[in-house]
Amino acid sequence: MSEPRIDVQVEHRHAPPPANEKHPNTCPKCGSHYRDDELSAALWVCGHCGHHFPMRARARIDWYADEGTFVEESAAVRSDDPLDFFDLRPYAERLAEAELNTGLGEAIVTGQAVIDGQAVELAVMDFTFMGGSMGSAVGEKFSRACDSAVERGVPLVSVTSSGGARMQEGILSLMQLPKTVCAVEDLHDARLPMITVMAHPTTAGVLASFASLGDVTIGEPGALIAFTGPRVVQQTTREKLPEDFGLAEQNLRFGHLDAIVPRSEQREYITRVLRLFR
Amino acid sequence: MSERDQEVNLRHRLSGLSRLPLLRGARVAGEAERLERQLERLTADASDEVIWRSVELARHPERPYTLDYVARIVTDWVELHGDRGRADDGALVTGLGKLDGRTIALVGHQKGRDVKERLDRQFGMAYPEGYYKAVRIMEIAERFGFPLISLVDTPGAYPGVAAEQHGQGGAIARAQAAMSRLTVPTIACIIGEGGSGGAVAIAVSDRVLMQENAIYSVITPEGCAAILWRDAGEAKKAAAAFKPDALHCLDLGVIDGVVAEPDGGAQRNHDAAARLLQAALVESLEELEDTPGEELRRRRRAKFRGMGVFA
Repeated sequence: MSEPRIDVQVEHRHAPPPANEKHPNTCPKCGSHYRDDELSAALWVCGHCGHHFPMRARARIDWYADEGTFVEESAAVRSDDPLDFFDLRPYAERLAEAELNTGLGEAIVTGQAVIDGQAVELAVMDFTFMGGSMGSAVGEKFSRACDSAVERGVPLVSVTSSGGARMQEGILSLMQLPKTVCAVEDLHDARLPMITVMAHPTTAGVLASFASLGDVTIGEPGALIAFTGPRVVQQTTREKLPEDFGLAEQNLRFGHLDAIVPRSEQREYITRVLRLFR
Repeated sequence: MSERDQEVNLRHRLSGLSRLPLLRGARVAGEAERLERQLERLTADASDEVIWRSVELARHPERPYTLDYVARIVTDWVELHGDRGRADDGALVTGLGKLDGRTIALVGHQKGRDVKERLDRQFGMAYPEGYYKAVRIMEIAERFGFPLISLVDTPGAYPGVAAEQHGQGGAIARAQAAMSRLTVPTIACIIGEGGSGGAVAIAVSDRVLMQENAIYSVITPEGCAAILWRDAGEAKKAAAAFKPDALHCLDLGVIDGVVAEPDGGAQRNHDAAARLLQAALVESLEELEDTPGEELRRRRRAKFRGMGVFA
């Protein structure tokens, strides 16, 4: 007979995560578990099944950029709280918490870099900062990145990962759509290309603005790329969803992506495309 | 001057006046101005009830829709159908006609009046095909130098399987891009619901106006409540928090002017609402007509690139 078990949970200062919530380093597809350093060395891709874990902005910049070439710009730009927005918690508090937890000032990191010898401007989103949502600060940083690319006459490489516009900034977050669109148009007027990498998830306001305007656009395997996500489509229309609804693979089939490129091959792919635009 | 005309005149002057004293929040950066703005908001803030009344009036089933205005203010109207690729989207109408004597191109969302029409027009929620059709009319406007008028009235772009497969996000992005390239005068007016990406897709205009009871927002109050409050029933609270009403949009520098409505709302008197809208559109057109096209485009892009409040 087994010994009676004593429930010690009440003594935990920090209760363990609920059983149905997987550890972030456990592959949601095949269940393989990795240490941080293992995942980091594998570019946050599951070695067993190829699942692409979310990749932090700085890790991605380290992966794309030649060593020591990245010079961050607009690092001081922070979100404001123009509506004094308060839902279940104040927006200002959510912002402070996001900054503390992510070590980032906003959901996008921008700056100058060199990729395999070619100068570029980088704009890389980070989903861990408030779901990669786009408020005024994200819009401004992206917009300045376009200007910086124009000033130096270099292409822009953008990586998107976002749940959409940041509701806490109300209508101003919607205005970041035309704002970033106009910024890309100014870049295009200077005859400079934008190469876009859509990571999981690229949705709503970001997909409906600058993300979709890349001259060459690639998706990461398995990334959700949709204006409206599957849950909301299901709830509002009661339609039966195809198995790969909204995934990069479906987007490729319907003509919305130029290619699906696994993370380990992206640097080489971007380099090849950049050479053609030189 | 008839009593009607007098009313139109007075209300029009009022709407012009209401543009002046409000601070353009989005263009203010300094801390002093910020405090002043907050103070002003605290003292002059529209109450939550007033905001919710705007939401209700903006969605009123008898509110005039795009084609109601077209019938009253556009002459020689010719509706143009189809995106030349896949379909004709009934949720977004496009066409050519004359406004105050000059040819204009017009694009506008169209909701339905009865059950059948509502279904046919998807409650004013356009598919990508609607936005491709809009881009088609924008190209005609550019080619022949016609001013472009947009009438915005949608809960949002259609959230369905086919809409996603046909590229809803990309269609909205490309419609905005097309608008940002135009060298003809462009005016948009939110005449009901300005719902998110589906609305801004046709509202990247030199002048963006809003009727006094219209709303313009990043998400529906119900959607916002469902996500942030985890309860769609808290829509009233959500609306009070993100403030989709015309005065707040003006205050934040998102729109350029407010168009008055007849007392009690546009649904009370379609003809009077149309006269007020026509006067505002014509005035904006006259302001823009002498500006060279390249300059219009430069200013339009600068305006939208200046939007936002950050530290």
